Amino acid sequence: MTQLALVIDLNVCVGCHACVTSCKEWNTSGSAGPLCDERPYGENPTGTFFNRVQTYEIGTFPNSETLHFPKSCLHCEDPPCVPVCPTGASYKRKEDGIVLVDYDKCIGCKYCSWACPYGAREFDEKQKVMKKCTLCVDRIYDMSMPEADRKPSCVKACPTSARLFGDIHDPESTVSKAIREDGGYALMPEWGTHPSNHYLPRRKTKVKIHEDELERADNPLKLDQQLPKPDKNQSTMDDVSAW
Amino acid sequence: MKPAFSVIFLTTLIGAAQGLFLALFTHQSYALFGLLPMQSDCFYGNGSAIVMLLLGGGLFAAVFHLGKPGYMITRAWRGMTQWRTSWLSRELIALPAFMGIVFLYGVTHLMLIRPEIVTLPGGQIIDLTVLLGVVGTIMAFVLFICTAMIYACLRFLREWHSPLTVINYILMGGSSGFVLAAFYATCTAPTASGFFTDWAIILTVLAFVGRVASLLRNARLKPTSTIQTAIGVKHPKITQRSMGAMGGSFNTRDFFHGRSATFLRAIKPAFLILAFVLPLALLALGPSTPALLGIVFILQYVGLLAERWFFFAQANHPQNLYYQTVG
Repeated sequence: MTQLALVIDLNVCVGCHACVTSCKEWNTSGSAGPLCDERPYGENPTGTFFNRVQTYEIGTFPNSETLHFPKSCLHCEDPPCVPVCPTGASYKRKEDGIVLVDYDKCIGCKYCSWACPYGAREFDEKQKVMKKCTLCVDRIYDMSMPEADRKPSCVKACPTSARLFGDIHDPESTVSKAIREDGGYALMPEWGTHPSNHYLPRRKTKVKIHEDELERADNPLKLDQQLPKPDKNQSTMDDVSAW
Repeated sequence: MKPAFSVIFLTTLIGAAQGLFLALFTHQSYALFGLLPMQSDCFYGNGSAIVMLLLGGGLFAAVFHLGKPGYMITRAWRGMTQWRTSWLSRELIALPAFMGIVFLYGVTHLMLIRPEIVTLPGGQIIDLTVLLGVVGTIMAFVLFICTAMIYACLRFLREWHSPLTVINYILMGGSSGFVLAAFYATCTAPTASGFFTDWAIILTVLAFVGRVASLLRNARLKPTSTIQTAIGVKHPKITQRSMGAMGGSFNTRDFFHGRSATFLRAIKPAFLILAFVLPLALLALGPSTPALLGIVFILQYVGLLAERWFFFAQANHPQNLYYQTVG
């Protein structure tokens, strides 16, 4: 069984919103109709998006860290939004695990958005139907595109390769390896929704150097209790004649 | 959650309708066993017409909960297809089914279509109206359960995820319906009004107890999800600096009641008094006149509207964790 998903590396996301604009551009131009905006150039612009990048401050200044957090539908393996839909407009595809909304069946009751703990669904105020990330289902299977382009629009746009795309049920896929080897985690695991999208944590590259690696404890020159000359704090000939 | 007025009117109107139907048939059952004098068929038939009016009003309100009212004609039929998994779908089946039974119950009474079906050993004749009444009673409870389970089944809306939600929908609808029945009886069959008033008092007391119990329960709830589990970072101090949109989004509009904490605090005692305390006092102490019972019903209905508003407003959706700061 296939479960397509995104793995988002929070360690390299720089919060540039390229995935947001790229997603909006692709998904507002498709055959399913636009992602409607209201007052796009007005005072309080608002509109339908599949993907948002949020920013969090962790800790208290000066010991704080900035986290950019891209957020879209997690395509849960046990999606709570699907069984509550009265019309069957919300469904999870068996073949690849993508959770989709059939805009022609949706009655706009918004019940599915109540049933999603992540707030991943957004109601289109003009088309009056519920919308959400489709994992660019109209792109990833488009055989008229070169194979390299058959990826979600956000993944293609990311300048730091913070977004990986693949089948998390295939243990050898890039995404599975990333989850396994780089500490991939799921959001709000307490609800048992088993999100397919995973996040890779912020991680710092540290080199641990012990004192005895700088100064050998068994340095034979120490046997006579005399440090080698010149002393390590003194300049040597090497400092002035570096040829 | 943002209280949607369509749903507030839907749930309160059909609650009163179901309660009124239960009241009418309870009276008929008592009369069948000789515990009360049987009222005329017109009493039950016209009462059913009021039930139909309320149900129709609720259905009309529900239309405005759809994306477009036109979806009621073009797409709403699909809402009956997912009854295996969706409580909303089950409600969309139970509501018209209940309406159909009430309609038949009223018509059989008004047109005196009362073919005998079976005679009980005690000599009571079970005719078609009694059979429809029994089916209607079952359907009224099914509809109460479907309506309440729409909310109670959402496990991360913890204020709703409790058996008390179902119990309270039944009790508050019952209370409202029996008060309306008492008013109806004082207008058309004054001898029966005492029966309905007594039951209205009992149900209002029970509804009051149930609602206070759920308020106490909700006051003790600790959130399951935190900002730490929402973004998966282990740190006691996490502050959102930007939600990714400046002008708001669906997520900022539909999951917050938009009123101040003071307003929320004020509406709680207001609905407790209007929906429960005041009706109880007036029912118990006041004279059983049509004017007074009419006022009691309207006051209580306003109180139940406030109660339902509070029911929605109090539910805190975990998605709000992601939408704290514009920036």
